[in-house]
Amino acid sequence: MRPATASQTIGPYWHLIEHPEMSDLLRFGALGTPLVLHGRVTDGAGAPVTDAAVELWQSDPPADARFPGFGRCRTDADGGWRFTTLRPGPVRGRGNATQAPHVLLAIMARGLLRPLFTRAYFAGEALNDHDPLLCAIDPPARRATLIAQPDGAAWRLDIRLQGADETVFLDL
Amino acid sequence: MTDETFRPPLPGTQPDYAHAPYRSTHARAPSQALVALPATVTEATGPRFAPTHFPPMADFTATGRTPPMGERIIVAGTVTDEDGRPVAGTMVEIWQANAAGRYNHPGDTHDAPLDPAFRGEGRVFTDAEGAYRFVTIRPGAYPWGNHPNAWRPSHIHFSLFGSAFAQRLITQMYFPGDPLLDLDPIYHAVPDAAARARLVSRFDIGLTQEGYALGYRFDIVLRGRLATPMEA
Ligand SMILES: [Fe+2]
Repeated sequence: MRPATASQTIGPYWHLIEHPEMSDLLRFGALGTPLVLHGRVTDGAGAPVTDAAVELWQSDPPADARFPGFGRCRTDADGGWRFTTLRPGPVRGRGNATQAPHVLLAIMARGLLRPLFTRAYFAGEALNDHDPLLCAIDPPARRATLIAQPDGAAWRLDIRLQGADETVFLDL
Repeated sequence: MTDETFRPPLPGTQPDYAHAPYRSTHARAPSQALVALPATVTEATGPRFAPTHFPPMADFTATGRTPPMGERIIVAGTVTDEDGRPVAGTMVEIWQANAAGRYNHPGDTHDAPLDPAFRGEGRVFTDAEGAYRFVTIRPGAYPWGNHPNAWRPSHIHFSLFGSAFAQRLITQMYFPGDPLLDLDPIYHAVPDAAARARLVSRFDIGLTQEGYALGYRFDIVLRGRLATPMEA
């Protein structure tokens, strides 16, 4: 077996591969229920993380020629990021489980030697109460760090890298 | 449809988030343990990038009106999984500093010249055997504020997707014999010496093109899948 190549930080200059249109997953004409998901990334001192790449991947609706399923967004001077995509539905979990609607998020930045993975769920979904990942988070109070809240017509989820109210990050 | 399980990293072969000598980790590394998420359809699938939307840019030396300053090099290798299976048709994103150690990026304030003939951005797709190749110039070392007299060794940044988001990899390729490697906290964030050494490309006379450019080989390995247990 050949061990996987070691991860290294994306560094502060990754914007050389940035393509701003990638934060709009509807740019190829996808049809469905639009979803705007946004938030801020802050560090352990509460300071905005202004040089991060936030990536989004969702397995539902399935990617096709009109819907890439993947987005990438830089954080701005306030640590803010925003995606325009399609609202996901429930998907199958391991075994016979059902997972509540969610998207996977990856945060990459200077000072992160590996990507940080988390998920965004949606407040008010009845399936959240039975989602295998949400139910596995202990203490339960930390589950809220993965649940986006309505914000006008959009949804908001802030990501705290470290400290009190630290976001739950996932070991994939 | 069976559930896929990805191999956990071998001990020491991946950096921890917290690495005290790398100052930027201090306020950014999570302080709580990660929550295990065995792969579901979300993690076991990933984006596909079409060359029609993301055209390959395999020659970094051809983006300006004149050739860039610096030593032209060829970088090539394979992308496989841990079981040696080629990862075919996967997009590899690449970015780097110019020969003087300066990024074409507004955030880079290092007092070294920009080269109008060098953008430092590229993209290639692996072929059916998982092979990739691009032409660039050897990047320069550059100072950074991590500690007194801190310099990053020459490196090229890589971003890979594989076929599943659980395989997402961001890494850096280094050059053999660079004296700055011994002093670099980012390189040394990988605990295992052999795993670190695999981030260093190998000079390869076979890749070298006579009268044109030296060749460096950098093979990349993405996480593999554990064998699926037979269904009863
Ligand atoms: Fe760099």
